[in-house]
Amino acid sequence: MTVDNEALALQTEGISKHFGAVRAVDELSLSIPRQGTTSIVGPNGSGKSTLVNLLSGVLPLDGGMVIIDGVGLRVVHAHETPAHGLTRTFQEVRLFDQITVWDNIMVVLTERSLFPSLIERVRPAKRRKAQEILESVGMWEKQDSLAMELSYGQRKLLEIGRAMAMDVQTYLFDEPFAGLFPQMLERVKDIMKQMRTDGYTIVFVSHNMDIVRELSDRIIVLDSGALLAAGDVEPVLGSAEVIEAYLGA
Amino acid sequence: MPVNFEGIREFARIAQDPQELVRHARGNIELWANLFVIGWAVAFMLWQGFGFAVIVGTVFAIWAILAVSLNLVVGFTGLLSVGHIGFFGLGAYTMAILTSDPAYEQLRTEAIPTFGWPFFAALPVCIGLAGLTAVLVGVVFNRFRDDIFVLVSFGFAIIAFNVFLNLRSVTRGAFGIHEIARPEIGGWVFDGEVEFLLLALVFLGLVMLVSWFITTSSFGRVLTAIREDEQAIEVFGYRATHFKLAVWVISAMMTGLAGGLFASWTTFIDPNSFILLESVLLVSIVILGGLATIWGSLLGAMAFVLLEEGMRFIPYLPTEYIGQARQVVLGILLVLLMLFRPQGLVGRYRL
Repeated sequence: MTVDNEALALQTEGISKHFGAVRAVDELSLSIPRQGTTSIVGPNGSGKSTLVNLLSGVLPLDGGMVIIDGVGLRVVHAHETPAHGLTRTFQEVRLFDQITVWDNIMVVLTERSLFPSLIERVRPAKRRKAQEILESVGMWEKQDSLAMELSYGQRKLLEIGRAMAMDVQTYLFDEPFAGLFPQMLERVKDIMKQMRTDGYTIVFVSHNMDIVRELSDRIIVLDSGALLAAGDVEPVLGSAEVIEAYLGA
Repeated sequence: MPVNFEGIREFARIAQDPQELVRHARGNIELWANLFVIGWAVAFMLWQGFGFAVIVGTVFAIWAILAVSLNLVVGFTGLLSVGHIGFFGLGAYTMAILTSDPAYEQLRTEAIPTFGWPFFAALPVCIGLAGLTAVLVGVVFNRFRDDIFVLVSFGFAIIAFNVFLNLRSVTRGAFGIHEIARPEIGGWVFDGEVEFLLLALVFLGLVMLVSWFITTSSFGRVLTAIREDEQAIEVFGYRATHFKLAVWVISAMMTGLAGGLFASWTTFIDPNSFILLESVLLVSIVILGGLATIWGSLLGAMAFVLLEEGMRFIPYLPTEYIGQARQVVLGILLVLLMLFRPQGLVGRYRL
């Protein structure tokens, strides 16, 4: 892939994360261009989720540098990532369980700093925005339910809705399709296709190769915390080393 | 939870049709809890007479201020603090030292500096000092959560008690401080019990108003999100530690206010009022009433005070056992509550 730095949404330079003796991510350097969809695939334990956690500041880096939107960071603070135009969903859905669906969306639309947020009451503009988001993920009727009362698929959708409400440039979706019924799966696919058309940058982790082929513009293959291959989908998936890594030949 | 006007309107509509009311009431535990506690309070007042009810009312008001302010931290933010008694004691001792009458004859060996301030001059100092201490403590406590937070707040309660007991040059230790001033506005002293009750209820109202304002704001919503998943809310651009520290300090300030009020009401304090057990009882009140509901904290405090004071009059029980029996009954009730209604009398959330 040859792209100039201007067009990069995300870049890593030799980032590492070790858990004891396990090198979950090891000296990994990769780049993800702006706009379109990039999928991250790899066998179990290849470091996909760890990578997403490092990029979003959920896990601290052991080494290397993350470059988000042209800004190089040796320490990624989770609370600063939205300011760099980045948000995410979690592999194991992490909603705010004991508050309502409505508040789950509303909470990411409100004032970030302390004193303004103390005075702020919900204004119609934000109300409309929340309604728009909830309708787009088909959760408007559920607005008064607690998030914990939703089905698994609904929770996945709500989490994606919450990320969309952030309205940033780059979205990291960690396993957005895992465990979904076909109907829900189509819905999530439609949302991602729409976001791609709207010019957002989407990075998603998936095990489902059919969806990866259908949705990705580019693909990154990880194995044992290192970059195995990256580039256009078909050549990468057809290459001998990727096939070997997957089949464990 | 804010005042539920929708609910009240709904109730008024249902109440017009007795059959509908009966149907609605059946299985509505919250309604029964409300009716039961309020009915109990009214019955108690009629039974014991106005004079005693006023005193019980003041005890209730002070516990309710404590419960409402602790609920901000425990219920809304999910930080289970058993250290709030430290802020309560700090407020009480500040009030005691600043307002105790210098003319009061002290034992020469246990003399402490006295200032003879009026109540309303000392109260802001109680609130401010509690807030300041909360900032210092909170900066450290912010690193912890869940069970570890319980332990460190436990540590704070222990330290506070030992300071009250052993810093004798300031607190007179186990001797306690006498002759604490009653509130006074322009020469008019709140020396009657009824006057003091009204004052306490005004402060309770203020504390509820502040809590209501906080919990219905965007700030309040962020607190509940922190309770549910602190790391996730960081990803969405909030600095959870700032929000936690802010609510911790606000809560501590209200608790300091309750302390000042308490000292002025009893006019005598000693370290025994600020033992860890009181803090645990306070947490019990919050859980009993319901987490993350202001009304629930009032109800919890009411039920607790009625239980405490009401059991003074249990017949057939020798007086020397009554004190212990009250705590046994309270303990059993808490176990039953956790078994059958872990969200408390009117709450919706669980720890």
